[in-house]
Amino acid sequence: MVYLTRKAEFSASHYYHNPDFTPEENRRIFGKCNNPNGHGHNYTLEVTVKGAVDPRSGFVVDLKQLKDIMSREVLDALDHRFLNKEVPEFLTKIPTTENLAIVIWQRLAPKLNAAILHRVRVYETPDLFVDFYGESSEREASKRE
Amino acid sequence: MKTGIMKATAWKAHLTRRYMFSASHRLHRDDMSEAENHTTYGKCNNPYGHGHNYMLEVTVSGPVDGQTGMVCDLVDLDNFVRTQVLELYDHQNLNLLPEFASEVPTTENLCIAIYEIVKRGFLNAHLDKIRIEETMMNSFEYVGERGGNL
Repeated sequence: MVYLTRKAEFSASHYYHNPDFTPEENRRIFGKCNNPNGHGHNYTLEVTVKGAVDPRSGFVVDLKQLKDIMSREVLDALDHRFLNKEVPEFLTKIPTTENLAIVIWQRLAPKLNAAILHRVRVYETPDLFVDFYGESSEREASKRE
Repeated sequence: MKTGIMKATAWKAHLTRRYMFSASHRLHRDDMSEAENHTTYGKCNNPYGHGHNYMLEVTVSGPVDGQTGMVCDLVDLDNFVRTQVLELYDHQNLNLLPEFASEVPTTENLCIAIYEIVKRGFLNAHLDKIRIEETMMNSFEYVGERGGNL
């Protein structure tokens, strides 16, 4: 098994707000991120796929194909967008880095056929990133033990 | 009236936060001869000590809360690391701290010391890993005694 990671960058704005919280709760829990006018980040995305090396091509995955899928499924939808208003998933999820990693996983996983998605890592800033290994990572982890 | 609009998934995510502190140390054991100290620790045995800008990475994990979209409140993690770790080590001579009275302040031992502080005191999420870059060329990781995958 070989792991391959492809990086990409996108810039987007967001704010954190839960309509079920009072304005005071929203401010207390989300702090500065609750500003309804939004604020932005330069996000760095790392997508790691895994698989056996194809004996003919020597590839785990066709990098061009992976790049195209990332562009189509993720970057076109998120880059230079206001996540809360323009990305359907964030009508029912707070656009935190945690949820971004999950949403990106869900957009990519069904589209990858040659290789298996291993990890989605999203950097919100160079000092903060989130890793997501899939919905069933807990179950798979316990199976391995 | 609750809208219930925010959907809970409770899937597990891993969050990593990076911090920096600067400290000095000297790698030396009193129970080693001068020659053995020199062979083992080389330049790091310089009696006057030397310093690093340590880059600390704390990785925690847990289910993503449906209502907040978070593994844990980042402000809580930042406050904990600032008051319990950074204020303890930043601009200090590590050799003079109690935890290094009988341990050599290598970055391996520093990883373990910080892991124990965070594991014991930060209860809002599961501690996965402590990673420290001593320089841009050297980094060390500790995931607890159980070992396992980094």
